[in-house]
Amino acid sequence: MTIKKLSPEELLALDKFSIDEGHPHILVDKAICAKCTARPCLIVCPARCYRQKDGQVNFEYAGCLECGTCRVVCKDKGVTSWNYPGATYGVTFRTS
Amino acid sequence: MADDKFDAIVVGAGPAGSACAYTLAKAGKNVLLLERGNSAGSKNVSGGRLYTYALELVERGLYERAPLQRKIVREQVMLLNERGATTVDYFNPAFGEQVPQSYSVVRAALDEWFAAEVESAGGMVACGVLVDGLVEQNGKIVGIKSGDEEMLADVVVAADGVNSLLGQKAGLFPDASSHAVGVGLKETIELPDSVINARFGVKDGEGAARVAIGCTEGISGGAFMYTNQGSISLGIVFNPEQAAKQQRHIQDIFEDFKMHPAIQALIDGGTSVEYGGHLVPEIGYHGIHKRLYREGMLVVGDAAQFGINTGLIIRGMDLAIVSGLAAARAILNASSVAETGPLYMKQLEELLLLANQRAYQNFHNIFEISRIFSGYPQLANDAMQFMFTVDGKVPKPMIKGLLGVVKKHASFGQLAADGWKAFRSL
Repeated sequence: MTIKKLSPEELLALDKFSIDEGHPHILVDKAICAKCTARPCLIVCPARCYRQKDGQVNFEYAGCLECGTCRVVCKDKGVTSWNYPGATYGVTFRTS
Repeated sequence: MADDKFDAIVVGAGPAGSACAYTLAKAGKNVLLLERGNSAGSKNVSGGRLYTYALELVERGLYERAPLQRKIVREQVMLLNERGATTVDYFNPAFGEQVPQSYSVVRAALDEWFAAEVESAGGMVACGVLVDGLVEQNGKIVGIKSGDEEMLADVVVAADGVNSLLGQKAGLFPDASSHAVGVGLKETIELPDSVINARFGVKDGEGAARVAIGCTEGISGGAFMYTNQGSISLGIVFNPEQAAKQQRHIQDIFEDFKMHPAIQALIDGGTSVEYGGHLVPEIGYHGIHKRLYREGMLVVGDAAQFGINTGLIIRGMDLAIVSGLAAARAILNASSVAETGPLYMKQLEELLLLANQRAYQNFHNIFEISRIFSGYPQLANDAMQFMFTVDGKVPKPMIKGLLGVVKKHASFGQLAADGWKAFRSL
């Protein structure tokens, strides 16, 4: 193997996830995000769960690393609910 | 119901929670340690390096049983510019002769070991249990909720990490503030031990710890690198507020840092095996939550926002362990539940945790000097380039040349102001 720049998808593919299908542990209110101009989540979420598409903030909980950064930086409280995934779900770190 | 009641329920099997539960179990208390991950450590990300004295406080010789990675004998500080690096390397193989001062650690291994020690000591450990609420009675915390289940205890110890949803639910403190935390990104890169030894100039079992600045595109923050057994932990921490004010994603800045020629050479040929993200308490003493207990509940470790970052020394796990020990001692010494909280604060003083925090209490003000993160690392490298360049042309006089380099990055007024600010912060 050789060291190279990894894409967001490649980075997350290194990790082990167990996804609780249909039960997002973080809830985002798109209407609130639509009015937010700062949108810090787009820059600081380590997993890039927040992406901008057609001017809207889209949130995908599947690759969440459960760090809490989005909740802490969200000023307008577009992150309406932030919890850890249910027991046994989410990311499992083995070497960190 | 009284039969089912625990003396203490500890939520979170990180270093703080396990140190607390271990001490209680050793003293014969009926303690339950709950962990939301499938195994202890599976939700945790840290740099990481553990200062060994903390485990020694819990029990002499405990560190000898722990799955520690490498004894740190090299402390390295790296100043980066775009392609260059100026590195200070302090080598001391005798660092902490009797009890080694610090080791690199991997949390999945360390935390799993510590939780197993709790079990061996007679504590009950349950992984895969998410605590999502507290049980209150007459204004006191008397237990926890997990889904539909309730479990009761004299004291609940919240060791639930930097986000501490439990501390917030108990009304002890508001959510962590974005200026008080750093967002960390980390890759674990596997490399053979022989390669690590050769590249870092260490023997088997010995390792290097490195911090780097000048790699965050001017954002308040810095990078770290720790040598483990068979892997390197490479990471970077940003102030999230500042990071959000610019356009590049922090992951891209991190990946660029990884490919910096001076970094890439150290990890070349390795394999990236894991990617993590985590929040860390960043501002030390002033970031510690003001209320760390109420009747029936104590808050320990990252949940309390204990942490010290001087730029050279980054401490979290040792403080977590000491605070867990303090909580356990408070529970053991208290003759009533109501006494536990004040006794916990007293123990934090007696074990010198708060004194350590206070000793560095203004240190984070240094990080308000924005030139630390870009201008000064560049200045250092330009100065090196000037001093080491030989091209047959007539060189400028040394002083004049160096002054020219300095002026390029900061005016004398700025230097004086930054110097004064640094002096005031130390």
